[in-house]
Amino acid sequence: MFIINCPYCGERDQTEFSCGGEAHIERPKQPTELSDDQWAEYLFMRKNIKGVQFERWNHAHGCRKWFNMVRDTSNDKIQAVYKMGEKPPIK
Amino acid sequence: MKNKYSIFSLIKNALSGHENWQRAWRDPEPKKEYDAIIIGGGGHGLATAYYLAKKHKLTNIAVVEKGWIGGGNTGRNTTIIRSNYLWDASAGLYDHALKIWEGLSQELNYNVMFSQRGVMNLAHNLQDVRDLKRRTHANRLNGIDAVWLNTEEVKKFCPIINTSPDIRYPVLGGTLQKRAGTARHDAVAWGYARGADALGVDIIQNCEVKGIKRNGDQVEGIETTKGFIKSKKIGVVAAGHSSVLANMAGIRLPLESKPLQALVSEPVKPIIDTVVMSNAVHAYVSQSDKGELVIGAGTDSYVSYTQKGSHNIVEETLRAILELYPIFSRMKMLRQWGGIVDICPDASPIISKTQIKGLYFNCGWGTGGFKATPGSGDLFAHTIANDEPHKLNAAFNLNRFVSGDLVDEHGAAAVAH
Repeated sequence: MFIINCPYCGERDQTEFSCGGEAHIERPKQPTELSDDQWAEYLFMRKNIKGVQFERWNHAHGCRKWFNMVRDTSNDKIQAVYKMGEKPPIK
Repeated sequence: MKNKYSIFSLIKNALSGHENWQRAWRDPEPKKEYDAIIIGGGGHGLATAYYLAKKHKLTNIAVVEKGWIGGGNTGRNTTIIRSNYLWDASAGLYDHALKIWEGLSQELNYNVMFSQRGVMNLAHNLQDVRDLKRRTHANRLNGIDAVWLNTEEVKKFCPIINTSPDIRYPVLGGTLQKRAGTARHDAVAWGYARGADALGVDIIQNCEVKGIKRNGDQVEGIETTKGFIKSKKIGVVAAGHSSVLANMAGIRLPLESKPLQALVSEPVKPIIDTVVMSNAVHAYVSQSDKGELVIGAGTDSYVSYTQKGSHNIVEETLRAILELYPIFSRMKMLRQWGGIVDICPDASPIISKTQIKGLYFNCGWGTGGFKATPGSGDLFAHTIANDEPHKLNAAFNLNRFVSGDLVDEHGAAAVAH
């Protein structure tokens, strides 16, 4: 459990948010040309990192806007929060 | 077995003040090379090593464990064992395990305290009733015992449940698997460790894997905190850390690791002599032999390796427990903990070869791996020894995420995820 700094509303309790999983997974540009292996990669395979992970969150019980977050999954410390479409502030 | 446990060994050791018990397994240093290495000394890993040695005569093998035996999810689960899954593939897998459970204490000469006290799954809405009835029929077609109970029968089977029609999610009925139950989780790890050790398996604790070495498409060995260990066959059974190990080998898995919580109450006199699960309101409870209520909570919605879990998850579970069992309203909770579970998109496990020769993965058990421990070990051992899956785990291959032949068990999995 932690506090999340929503880029639109400020600091709120994590229970107000829902996690949308790994961020920056690009939707296939040419879906008809994808092989089964590529579909599996896109749909199912995840980095599931122990360490710094980029993910999408939604302020479900607040402004209901989506945004991105950089969080260390080994200690739940949030390193950065940034809006959709923005470049991650940390590499 | 060197020191067989029996009533006579108990008397003999009691007379000498319990000071002469032999250690249950050795504490060897790793050899330079093994015929096979199992990464992960939990129940599944130890069972795999045991069956590799016992059934496939592969005795030059090692189990390497980052911490201590059974210190991961084996010692963190709520010990529920059942096989009432929906699909044929799952029914085969989980009932195979249940059948081994039934004779496991005798086989291992170690009391795993397997208790077939029954598991009841409650229905709280019309869709629950339809789904659970369907599952009952599917179970019976697969030779798995299952009965449907109406509300009165639920009340009769477990009188402390609040079956009033006025509660927020009234009990509309439930299913019962009588052969299901619980076992002592530590004993399972210790029993398999002792059994495997007696067959010559090296169990190497406090040995963390830092890298998996491959030569092209073939594994060569593992880099560990105790040095490099060579092996042409490596089985990874690392639960929540499976993705971390897959990353070391340069492959990807369809897993997400999340904290799953459980908690126990102060010990009280016997009050509930079965296991009751309710997926819809997310409460499941049983009572340990020490008298504690053992309560399973849910998973957090985000990836985390912290082994803690959020407070609101526990709150939700206890709210549901209180409504279903008003008698527990003044119970105090003693301990709460989390374990990291690796969840597959279809809520079914992976027991499979990989694209790398000699590298095998047994993972993705999500929130319900304990019940499958003996079967999982047996089938994974078969897969490693023959480089081919057994027919019971053929459907649980990694390739199903490419072919689309998923085994969707979201309905029957213990925790909705």
